[in-house]
Amino acid sequence: MEVAAIFLPLLAAFIAGFFGRLIGDRGSQIVTTGAVCVSALISVWLFVDVALHGNARTIELMTWIDSGTFEVSWALKFDSLTAVMLIVVNTVSSMVHVYSIGYMSHDHHKPRFMAYLSLFTFFMLMLVTADNFVQMYFGWEGVGLASYLLINFWYEKPSANAASMKAFIVNRVGDFGFALGIMAIFFLFGSVHFDTVFAAAAGMAGHTINFLGFDLDALTVACLLLFMGAMGKSAQLGLHTWLPDAMEGPTPVSALIHAATMVTAGVFMVARLSPIFEYAPAALNFIAFVGASTAFVAATIGLTQFDIKRVIAYSTMSQLGYMFFALGVSAYSAAMFHLMTHAFFKALLFLGAGSVIHALSDEQDMRKMGGVWRLIPVTYVMMWIGSLALAGIPFFAGYYSKDMILEAAYASHSAVGTYAFWLGILAALMTAFYSWRLIIMTFHGRPRANDRVMAHVHESPLIMTIPLGILAIGAVFAGMVAYNWFVGEGRGEFWGKAIFVLHENDTVEAAHHVPGWVPLAPFIAGLIGIALAYLFYMFMPQLPGIVASKLGGVYRFVYRKWMFDELYDKLFVQPAKFLGYGLWKSGDGAIIDGVGPDGIAAATRDVAFRAARLQSGYVYHYAFAMVIGVVLLVGWFYFFG
Amino acid sequence: MAGWPILSLTTFLPLVGAAFILLIRGEPDVVARNARSVALWTSLITFVLSVFIWLNFDNSTAAFQMVEQVEWIPAFNVNYHMGVDGISVLFVLLSTFLTPLCILASWESVKVRVKEYMIAFLVLETLMVGMFCALDFILFYMFFEGVLIPMFLIIGVWGGARRVYAAFKFFLYTLLGSVLMLLAILAMYFVAGTTDLPTLIQTDFPRSMQIWLWLALFASFAVKVPMWPVHTWLPDAHVEAPTAGSVILAGVLLKMGGYGFLRFSIPILPEATEYFTPLIYTLSVVAIIYTSLVALAQEDMKKLIAYSSIAHMGFVTIGMFTMTRQGVEGSLFQMLSHGIVSGALFLCVGVVYDRLHTREIARYGGLVQNMPKYAIVFMLMMLASVGLPGTSGFVGEFLILIGAFQDNTWVAFLATIGIILGAAYMLWLYRRVVFGKITKDDVKGMLDLNPREIAIFVPLVVLVLWMGIYPATFLNVMSVSVEAMIKNYQTALADGVSAAVAVR
Repeated sequence: MEVAAIFLPLLAAFIAGFFGRLIGDRGSQIVTTGAVCVSALISVWLFVDVALHGNARTIELMTWIDSGTFEVSWALKFDSLTAVMLIVVNTVSSMVHVYSIGYMSHDHHKPRFMAYLSLFTFFMLMLVTADNFVQMYFGWEGVGLASYLLINFWYEKPSANAASMKAFIVNRVGDFGFALGIMAIFFLFGSVHFDTVFAAAAGMAGHTINFLGFDLDALTVACLLLFMGAMGKSAQLGLHTWLPDAMEGPTPVSALIHAATMVTAGVFMVARLSPIFEYAPAALNFIAFVGASTAFVAATIGLTQFDIKRVIAYSTMSQLGYMFFALGVSAYSAAMFHLMTHAFFKALLFLGAGSVIHALSDEQDMRKMGGVWRLIPVTYVMMWIGSLALAGIPFFAGYYSKDMILEAAYASHSAVGTYAFWLGILAALMTAFYSWRLIIMTFHGRPRANDRVMAHVHESPLIMTIPLGILAIGAVFAGMVAYNWFVGEGRGEFWGKAIFVLHENDTVEAAHHVPGWVPLAPFIAGLIGIALAYLFYMFMPQLPGIVASKLGGVYRFVYRKWMFDELYDKLFVQPAKFLGYGLWKSGDGAIIDGVGPDGIAAATRDVAFRAARLQSGYVYHYAFAMVIGVVLLVGWFYFFG
Repeated sequence: MAGWPILSLTTFLPLVGAAFILLIRGEPDVVARNARSVALWTSLITFVLSVFIWLNFDNSTAAFQMVEQVEWIPAFNVNYHMGVDGISVLFVLLSTFLTPLCILASWESVKVRVKEYMIAFLVLETLMVGMFCALDFILFYMFFEGVLIPMFLIIGVWGGARRVYAAFKFFLYTLLGSVLMLLAILAMYFVAGTTDLPTLIQTDFPRSMQIWLWLALFASFAVKVPMWPVHTWLPDAHVEAPTAGSVILAGVLLKMGGYGFLRFSIPILPEATEYFTPLIYTLSVVAIIYTSLVALAQEDMKKLIAYSSIAHMGFVTIGMFTMTRQGVEGSLFQMLSHGIVSGALFLCVGVVYDRLHTREIARYGGLVQNMPKYAIVFMLMMLASVGLPGTSGFVGEFLILIGAFQDNTWVAFLATIGIILGAAYMLWLYRRVVFGKITKDDVKGMLDLNPREIAIFVPLVVLVLWMGIYPATFLNVMSVSVEAMIKNYQTALADGVSAAVAVR
């Protein structure tokens, strides 16, 4: 049964992918959607059994790699952490599958699309059920592959080609760290099996390792390397540039992969590895710093973008930043809590945005939207629910989890925790601002689309609005229902051994005892943000232009996404191309070949040519040479003989 | 089966087929058709025979198995000595596996001198198999150098426009190494009185002599691998070789260097091996990064894959010199995997080359629309080449890196950069060939894989996934032999150290 939950999507992907023409569009939609829905039902049962009843277990499937002491199996590990991820992944995935039936109804490659979605689901499930680092890496790269294929789904578009490549390669940069991290773990512990490594982690604290010639704290090195993988996959500052471009893919893909599941893999990874990270405080501080900075920077960029999907993408990046600084202050359970609630409301927002795009004939630029809220009321309500949850308005899902994270950051009382807390509050204000900016620009005001598009505006069919409704239920109630299990009184029992926190690092406990203004602060920041958005975009629409021109350079810097793309292009892409060409032409061509084979060949020809000239055919030439030879020979014997 | 000289049978059966082809007479069409089928059947039967070698093989011992020993040149104590162990047996299978695929791949693309072409391939197979089975250094040398001749002819006769330049470059490079290797063999013979491999391994060569011998062997093996900076023959040879020639070149001939290091340099000359390990690391790391960057700049499909091969072989040489279980097994596995994957990639190039007669990347684009099956196969092989977990490319590469990290973190660090660059150049290639809009009419008219091509790719696809998902089948074959080799190496080093102390 557990095995079926993981492998059904793979089977479905296989059937839809290779026999799509045989079973038709409808057939492949039924097969894939059915398989993922069954998986979702099984994961509900697993959640009850594993997380609520505490029956954690591991199922060994077969040997994978066995070389000396390096032993890796294909195995499925089910504990509370996995169970939570299974619920999140399978619920969102099944909703996205259903939604895609409607959204992709005009596309000619439906079986391929459904197959990719299911394939992605399989890899994600393999990632979260891994019981060792290498299988996790398998799922990790596998979801990267699925993401690559889906971003590039419309393969005729050069922009999609470029975005998919960028996603894969930037993720590979992160995986470079992940791979080195696994090597370091194996070097230190002699195993890559989670339970073995976790058991030995405490004993490894304080040991040093010689890495690149420096003697460094062993666990810090390993954790930072592993975290580099998380930075790539979860689009943290520095390795985030692929995520906004990934919006080239169809919108359901953005909802599933680039909002709810794959990009949260990094958060899951650090939570899964909490027994190691707990003993690497320097690495945790770094994570908190990166997370807080990401939350802030992404929010500023979100303020300025006009593409509806890109705004949500930056919002995702910002929310991932929240999760990471929660991890950084040891509030793993709070991070997982936010991961779960965020999956619901962000998938809702993306699918809602998809519904808008669908209604407006594939328009994504918010400057060409507006005035449609009466025409697509269901979508409008859904976007409101999603935004309320995202902004952390009380009693919506995001309120519980985001507050918890900020309280934990405050309660950690470390320098980096305070940094994270204040940047988090600022980001919360901006989050509310850009969310309502999005709502107002998209739905309110004067219609800015042309008449042809406006005449065509229609509410999405039920097959798209029902998944929205189900996700909306999650976006409203997930926080309330799960609070006690994830971060409340019941958390010790709920998480069991899946999450490990040192007693002195228990910020989630401390978060329950912070001063009264701390829980209020994000809420107030949110209200201010919403109010400002109304002021800027509803009541005084000339204001944004004035502010933008007043800010000038700063605005352009933020609008151009803090110039990361330009910087990386200059720093890495151009030099690599230049070096490649230079090494080829001058290294291989001029130097190696020139001196080596071609040089030798040329030299041989040269010598032969000269030798040939010696054979002139005149007798006196030969006679002269013989005389000289005799003289030299006699001279030699005379002096040395 | 046990009493049969199965290794010799497998080795020389292709020669019998070649002799048959030689006897075929008649109309040119008939000769060509018969030559093709005789070659295919011979190579298939040879493959079946080699499967029996595998079935007969006992994983639990490190000793040489299925040994045959006959006096050959008694005056010089040279024997015809054949046998396989966990290090060589899978290479025998790789050779016999790829040959029928190559013959099938040449079915339509080779139109002139078909008879001679098939003979060349069968002779090549005999020499390859013989080389991996030979346990006498002289015998090995004959096979090792003999391989050059049919390959030289295949490139020089059936190759592309600049085939003669490429063939000579190939020959010049490899010849220089060969001379030095022959000198090394003679030197060993004068010390040990034999060229028998198991005896040579037992012989203690003085340290100073080991250094020279090692360098002489290195000159030969490094060219074959090829290691930077003696790699420039490979891109030219690949570009000019016919498709099947490239497959064998990348699939088997590149493994001769790595195999030579593992079979001879490391076990016979342990102290020199230890002394030169930093050199190997440096050259390999340079190879990985340098050739990956160069691959990024290529405009010719075959050249790009050729450069990627050099980078992958850089991983191989790192792995075997770490002298850890993971490193050595990883490098063996990587050689097998690279044999299959790069062979398949060259076949992928061959498929489109047969249709459009150009290797220029920019001439293609948008193939996924009219060649979806091709796009899937090419995608899988591309992913295997970048080492995606679940494909064969991952297992070898990762084991090598695991091994390297234990020995030297700088090497692991720099080599791992190769996995980023590898993804970059392969995705870039794939994007330009397969994705995008079709803008050219001749590309629009290209047909998808035909049944013959599918028959070639299916076994390769199966193997790539098998080796990626359940590599234990192959790792188990090599593990005992590798373990014994590492143990011998460490014992020899410890003896060397204690001997040095005793002298003092």
